[in-house]
Amino acid sequence: MDILNALALFANFVFVPATAYGAQLALGALGVTLIFGILRFANFSHGELMSFGAMASILATWLLQDQGVSIAPLPTALLALPFGILAAVALMLATDRVVFRFYRRQHANPIIFAIVSVGVMFVFAGLIRIIIGPEDRSFADGERFIITAFEFKKLTGLSEGIAIRQTQVLTVVVAAIVVVALFWFLRKTRSGKAMRAYSDDEDLALLSGIDPERVVALAWIITAALAAIAGTLYGLDKTYKPFIFLQILLPIFAATILGGIGQPVGAVLGGFIIAYSEVTVTYAFKKFLAYLGPEGWAPESLVQLLSTDYKFAVSFIILVAVLLFRPTGIIRGKVI
Amino acid sequence: MTFLSAKGMTGGYGGADIISDCDIWVEKGQINVIVGPNGAGKSTAMKAIFGMLNLRRGEVLLDGVDITKLPPQKRVRAGMGFVPQNRNVFVSLSVEENLEMGAFIREDDISESIEQVYQLFPILKEKRLQPAGELSGGQRQQVAVGRALMTQPKLLMLDEPTAGVSPIVMDELFDRIIEVAKTGIAILMVEQNARQALEIADHGFVLVQGGNRFTDTGQALLDNEEVRRSFLGG
Repeated sequence: MDILNALALFANFVFVPATAYGAQLALGALGVTLIFGILRFANFSHGELMSFGAMASILATWLLQDQGVSIAPLPTALLALPFGILAAVALMLATDRVVFRFYRRQHANPIIFAIVSVGVMFVFAGLIRIIIGPEDRSFADGERFIITAFEFKKLTGLSEGIAIRQTQVLTVVVAAIVVVALFWFLRKTRSGKAMRAYSDDEDLALLSGIDPERVVALAWIITAALAAIAGTLYGLDKTYKPFIFLQILLPIFAATILGGIGQPVGAVLGGFIIAYSEVTVTYAFKKFLAYLGPEGWAPESLVQLLSTDYKFAVSFIILVAVLLFRPTGIIRGKVI
Repeated sequence: MTFLSAKGMTGGYGGADIISDCDIWVEKGQINVIVGPNGAGKSTAMKAIFGMLNLRRGEVLLDGVDITKLPPQKRVRAGMGFVPQNRNVFVSLSVEENLEMGAFIREDDISESIEQVYQLFPILKEKRLQPAGELSGGQRQQVAVGRALMTQPKLLMLDEPTAGVSPIVMDELFDRIIEVAKTGIAILMVEQNARQALEIADHGFVLVQGGNRFTDTGQALLDNEEVRRSFLGG
């Protein structure tokens, strides 16, 4: 029995990476849930919007690196993030003006909106591949680790180390700041309350003199900002791959629905639950159990419930289970 | 001059006319009620006054100004407050936030208006941080009325404010509505509980098939044999 080493092992391979991943999913799900609350449709273009924001951040990072600007030990991308946010906001507002507003004026069915957003998704994806290309891009600079496995081992004397990368901590810290700011905005400001009121009851909001177009624009601005931050953090943490942002839609939608559609608190909760489930289910527990079992014993198999290739199946199973057994999600949200 | 005067209103939701040649009016500080059997067009008449219905004929004057062509939002700015029958509160917002949203169009300090609403409905002050969706039916109606009062309207229109509340709560609500009228606000109300409503009304309009059948003071209508027999259940 060696509980401390088992815990260190678990923290290193499950808890730490899953927390960072959960924060990224939470940010993504917040954007999806916000658009669902205000515009009442599932926005499939959200993944590519994240990608676009990340791309803009990368371009700005390169520019800054060329100029020799650095905020080491922090990554330059952090300095470039506002540019990514601005680019994503501009793209989304333009798209709303050209595409979504047309369907809004027609009072189109939510299904039509969802399909339109799929079209928008493909356009965004094409745009991204034209601008930056389909290859992987690594743009993280600055200090890589806050604590390496080796340092941790030396510090504690354990045989298992916990490595914490700077991007992981950065992800969680930035996500926490953004979430707190968003909740403050929705709870305390007049515009935030108007957004919640509009999400509650459009007609009554109209009677109260709340301007729908302003609420919609605000929703897109916030969503695009969230997407750019989520995309940049995800790229920083795992290198930027344009293809990944189509796949990441699944866990993000699963998180949104699991938490309760239209419920910001639920989106955060859902993001972390999906992330922890995914990482836990695909982790091989052999060594972990070996530490907990008697000396010299180890399980014969890897004790891995699911190969990492199938990690998206976890989101899918959770998604289907929630839709079957609790379609309102954890925090009672809207039902699609 | 009559404060609100709707004359010869004729119209419907596209198809056949639901109200035809319908007259409704109310003075400042008075309570006028619209009663009548189901499907008589009571709510439709009120919606027409509020601009939620396109009139084919007729006009609506508020304080002498023709507002027939204004959309509902502009009528709110012109001094009309409307409490719909259903979905009249923001269920996930707290009581206080509901009141704040009611005053959304106001740029000045609204804390005094909120205090006035709390004075009128003390229970709301107690529940001010609770989501309106968690309140009882009667309390929700209080929030709805309070929300409409936040724009400081000169005319308050209530569509069946006592629908689905107990008789005790109904009496309580009527008392509050009388208090509101005493502050000089004109009140126009559609009511299913015709007898109780006419008892507190200055004037009543009995609508049948979209037109005025009887128009008189509340007391006179209560005393009218035919009105009693046909519409008040004896």
